Amino acid sequence: MNFSHRHVLGIKQFNADELNFILDTAESFKEINTRKIKKVPTLRGKTIINLFFEASTRTRTSFEIAGKRLSADTVNISGSSSSVVKGETLEDTARNIESMHPDIIVMRHGASGSSEYLAARLDCSVVNAGDGTHEHPSQALLDAFTIRQHKGEISGLKVAIIGDITHSRVVRSNIDCLNKLGAEVLICGPKTMLPPGLERLGCRLVSGLTEALTDADVVMMLRIQRERQGKTLIPSLREYARYFGLNETNLKLAKPDAIVMHPGPMNRGVEISTAVADGPQNVILDQVENGVAVRMALLYLAAGGEQQSED
Amino acid sequence: MSGILIKNGRVIDPANNIDAELDLLIEDGRIVELGHALAVADAEVIDASGLLVTPGLVDIHVHLRDPGLEYKEDVISGTRAAAAGGVTSLACMPNTSPIIDNLAICRYIITKAQEQGSANVFPIGSITKGLKGETLSEMGELKEGGCVAFSDDGVPVVSSELMRRGLEYADTFDAPIISHAEDLSLVGSGVMNEGPVATELGLKGIPWVAEDAMTARDIMLAEFTGGRLHMAHVSTRGSVELVRQAKARGVRVTCEATPHHFTLTDEAVRGYDTNAKMNPPLRSQQDRDAVRAGLADGTIDAIATDHAPHHIDEKNVEFAIAMNGIVGLETLLPLTLQLVKENVIDLNRAIALMTCQPARVIGIDRGTLSRGAFADIALINPDLEWELVPEQLHSKSRNTPFAGRKMQGTTMKTLLAGNIVFER
Repeated sequence: MNFSHRHVLGIKQFNADELNFILDTAESFKEINTRKIKKVPTLRGKTIINLFFEASTRTRTSFEIAGKRLSADTVNISGSSSSVVKGETLEDTARNIESMHPDIIVMRHGASGSSEYLAARLDCSVVNAGDGTHEHPSQALLDAFTIRQHKGEISGLKVAIIGDITHSRVVRSNIDCLNKLGAEVLICGPKTMLPPGLERLGCRLVSGLTEALTDADVVMMLRIQRERQGKTLIPSLREYARYFGLNETNLKLAKPDAIVMHPGPMNRGVEISTAVADGPQNVILDQVENGVAVRMALLYLAAGGEQQSED
Repeated sequence: MSGILIKNGRVIDPANNIDAELDLLIEDGRIVELGHALAVADAEVIDASGLLVTPGLVDIHVHLRDPGLEYKEDVISGTRAAAAGGVTSLACMPNTSPIIDNLAICRYIITKAQEQGSANVFPIGSITKGLKGETLSEMGELKEGGCVAFSDDGVPVVSSELMRRGLEYADTFDAPIISHAEDLSLVGSGVMNEGPVATELGLKGIPWVAEDAMTARDIMLAEFTGGRLHMAHVSTRGSVELVRQAKARGVRVTCEATPHHFTLTDEAVRGYDTNAKMNPPLRSQQDRDAVRAGLADGTIDAIATDHAPHHIDEKNVEFAIAMNGIVGLETLLPLTLQLVKENVIDLNRAIALMTCQPARVIGIDRGTLSRGAFADIALINPDLEWELVPEQLHSKSRNTPFAGRKMQGTTMKTLLAGNIVFER
């Protein structure tokens, strides 16, 4: 397949074939992570800069390990929450970094659209590791990879995504990705956390947790991001847990072989009970494990895929 | 002094219900005669064949950025942009630095415009001192010094009590209050219109009810006080309807709409184009159509640009932190003529919305070609096609979402009190 994307900015840019191609590529990388010597020379001589303006443990580490296992030189830069605070614009920061000739910049930034902004101004590849409340493509791909691993095929599955939709970049990427791969996506949350026009992204809004969970193949719980929300969206975590939290009882509404997912970090006892988080249906750590393989695939493809080994 | 004779043009002067092939004679900076085939021995003749001869346009919502923010615009560049857009009179908003809340700043602007400007400038004083929303400005003195209206444009007057007193006090001096209507608690940290596009782009939305709620409050206060209220930049279906109903009840309320709100929708934000970021934000198609309907049925009294120049550094940033606003003086005319082309309004109404009607809102004796009036005139070629190249704008700033857009219609000559201040 001719994969012609220099940047990975969002799921929006890919069609179903390309998404499957990324997942297949990740499949071929996955095995490397369990070898005794977890390293291949694929990206030797390439420089990858992880430019993280927002705190992140999982995603940054995952990208770093992915780069290192492909033998790229990886450098981590943690910006302050906003480049403006330092008095330097995002463009200037990025241009300075680009002057050191990296091949790929992996960026996490608090502003929606920031990775598109960067890609339009730089010559190197840009991989979006989360931009504001817009997209988080590598998360959606690792979720799809995990679903495929457990369910064989994504097409025809009923996937329920529950939580704070407004503030979630994970959900925007996931709706698009799962929709393109043929799943039926159901969305549920308190109305204060449902932005208008959601259906147009390719999902169906359902009114309560019961309807969302009934006969679901996949249940994806979103983190209540206390740091992002104002004080007006929900009255208390207690009430949220009661009406929108996943527990052993309401999980029984889903299909017996349903899997439970969470992008992390979890608020145990809020959106997900400990019994479910640690229960037999959870695949949460599989998601994290698969994240490395998916990010290896993205870095490999952004670096030019097979073409890059020719130069 | 010998006069100027403008011959063979189609004269449109909505204030006097004139739309005819007429000649127009100017002497000593004023219009002295309108008639068929005027012949004046020693007059300089301007041949206006194929052109519209209209009153110079009147834009009652402009940010000149002078004093204090001259790196964006100043009185000289701003009025030059006005002249290039056919605008001969403009009212400038008080959110300068310092604020237009005292006689010295008011005088400074008027004097600078008279001495070095290319258009008449009518300052708008602030409703509250320092735009702080705490105490009223000295409106009496400001009005006497040349301010034509009062506004805290850019921010709403949050306190209902203070808005009430502002309406009452301004009416004491026969001046309108211009309301920038938004409920800040509903706006929150929103950066574009709340709707499907914002949802898709992951940008925080500003709901239409933020504008409607405040519009409703201000109309109620105008109804209660009997004061004169003008709603700046109405952008929602609801606020157009609120003004329509209020007018039917006899409330002393007028309103304006901007070319960008009747031309674009929030779809323009796609790609995170910071030149599509403004306040109020570009709205939905439904809102845009409602604004057009309001222009067509007379609910909306004036087209005003909300000309808001910003430096490239303030726009070439992430969408969420980019400044609000676009330049508008040089696109007012073609975007309004586009409404005529699309049969939303007829040509006479279009000219009225840019001349006598806005002049009436702020009570100035401009925007007409009556005998004895100042010879502020635009000679318009309504058919000339041109492409908007930001670098060719006369404003100091280039922040326009219309870059590369094919425009139709432009001023060929702009006259200010009989002097040519712009020629294409």
